[in-house]
Amino acid sequence: MTEKYNMPDERGHFGPYGGIFVAETLIPPVQELNAAYQRYMNDPEFIAEMDADLQHYVGRPSPLYHAERWSNELGGAQIYLKREDLNHTGSHKINNTIGQALLAKRMGKTRIIAETGAGQHGVATATIAARLGLECVVYMGSVDVARQSLNVYRMKLLGATVVAVESGSKTLKDALNEALRDWVTNVDNTFYIIGTVAGPHPYPAMVRDFQAIIGREARQQCLDQTGRLPDALVACVGGGSNAIGLFHPFINDTSVKMYGVEAAGDGIETGRHSAPLSAGRPGVLHGNRTYLMSDDDGEIIETHSISAGLDYPGVGPEHAWLKDTGRAQYPNITDNEALEGFHALTLMEGIIPALESSHAMAYTMKLAPTMRKDQIIIINLSGRGDKDMQTMARREGIEL
Amino acid sequence: MSRLAATFEALANSGRKALIPFITAGDPHPDFTVAMMHAMVEAGVDVIELGVPFSDPVADGPVIQRASERALAHKMSLRRTMDIASEFRKTNQQTPVVLMGYLNPIEAMTYEGFANAAQRADIDGVLTVDLPPEEAKEFSDSLKAREIDPIFLLAPNSSDERIKKMDEIGSGYLYYVSLKGVTGAGHLNSVDVENKLQEIRKNTGLPVAIGFGVKDAETAKIIGDIGDGVVIGSALISKIEAHLDEPELAKHEIVELLTTMRLALDSLSAS
Repeated sequence: MTEKYNMPDERGHFGPYGGIFVAETLIPPVQELNAAYQRYMNDPEFIAEMDADLQHYVGRPSPLYHAERWSNELGGAQIYLKREDLNHTGSHKINNTIGQALLAKRMGKTRIIAETGAGQHGVATATIAARLGLECVVYMGSVDVARQSLNVYRMKLLGATVVAVESGSKTLKDALNEALRDWVTNVDNTFYIIGTVAGPHPYPAMVRDFQAIIGREARQQCLDQTGRLPDALVACVGGGSNAIGLFHPFINDTSVKMYGVEAAGDGIETGRHSAPLSAGRPGVLHGNRTYLMSDDDGEIIETHSISAGLDYPGVGPEHAWLKDTGRAQYPNITDNEALEGFHALTLMEGIIPALESSHAMAYTMKLAPTMRKDQIIIINLSGRGDKDMQTMARREGIEL
Repeated sequence: MSRLAATFEALANSGRKALIPFITAGDPHPDFTVAMMHAMVEAGVDVIELGVPFSDPVADGPVIQRASERALAHKMSLRRTMDIASEFRKTNQQTPVVLMGYLNPIEAMTYEGFANAAQRADIDGVLTVDLPPEEAKEFSDSLKAREIDPIFLLAPNSSDERIKKMDEIGSGYLYYVSLKGVTGAGHLNSVDVENKLQEIRKNTGLPVAIGFGVKDAETAKIIGDIGDGVVIGSALISKIEAHLDEPELAKHEIVELLTTMRLALDSLSAS
């Protein structure tokens, strides 16, 4: 890749992936959104308002922290953590919800809807809706409502209505289906804040651009702290918003390797996983063409992961493109390995990561020892583990 | 001339409106569908839209979602839906059959693979809900090369420019979705529909069938007066759902409802 990376094209294509695959009623709102996004991303006043919020409300820039003890323990590359877990609301999700909510306000929309898996995006959306005084409805699969009850309660405290979705597999994909149905019914006053780099164009590009602050900061912080670029980036991939946010500003730095870690659940060979890039096939779902978990008949397969935020049968179309071109690698990590990553970071550095981010930790435990001590890995620590205390305790047979 | 074009031409010549039922293939059971299709023809329908079950039917309301789930529980698929259409075609050569569904099952077969199979099953039209014209060129071409009509949706918020696009790339008929929403939603406003139809007619000469919100003879008559055909789906599937253990009773009630709709539509051409 010698030319400067400039994806997607005008109609939202990343090679054969991406695009706009929605019913006719949603085409005009998608076009309206794209026009607003193109306009305001070049509007200094909008950018200044967003930057001020990111600084004073979210607490950016988030630190880049040298995990020295853990690096020494693993005995290989120096590990740096991009601390998105320290953001207001506890994950990277707020970077995007602030951007989209400010856009909604400029577009005169009074009602916000969102889908959520682990509840991090739902909480980040409910938070910004509260701050801007917008009505907020969050769709969440009933399975996720049960396993992430703490976040459900947070959203309700923030004034949002949480709708438990009972259709299909009752997880993130079904929440997305239901949010799309709401949007098509209420297009006139409603803005749909999608939480990941999926959906029809412009969502994958727009969410990436709002999340790219992670990689821009990390790149500069790494240069400031070490005088050089990192050798590798590691991030977990469900839909892939935290990964693309970290990766994108480094895409033209060809010496920097990128690893997007998918959730292998019980193991790829069991079929009970959420790893479309590792074991899926291209198809069309939720407005774009990408790798999907789908059977020979084109029906979407139910997914599994210990982390609700990675429990999704698709992946952002830009990741599909980066996989095919070889610019990024997409290894996978099982539930059990992720738990090892969770405990390792907690005990070695006193930082409790989200189960989603724990997949990136676990992969780093494999990768770091294969690298030299003067090499650098940046991991996106995309969220904190507070929300997972019940899941962890239950696994260990403890009633909280 | 395609079977759909011939059907709409004959209807126009006799001043009649098309009655177009939608049922989901394989709901409540794969054995039910072919007999149901023949019974609907006897009740006087002109075109049959056969829903292809999909795991994630984002444009459908709860009634058709549940129909999809019931059909999928019996391992219904796009291929098996085409088997049903073939079976129907053995004893009915004149009623057009349109497949209506989502893109991913078609992608899984590849466009060429699907188009060949659809031709073998003697399918007349294909409506793919989540395939707008911008992304549809290759698919439409592969259908048209086999004299299968690609059918597109129009919505209340479709611009003149988009209607022209559908006119260019689509054939057979255009399906006007009379409401912003999912299938089976709310009630429709006939003045709005009438105004929009005038706009649509200025930009296309294709027949326009109208759906979403048609539930009985009365709404069929109002809508039939405006468009070239009416599509009824959720109201039929509700009858299947109400009698899951007695499919014969569901069939009887569906035939009864379609018969009253047929009479209501024909009273338009008589007056």
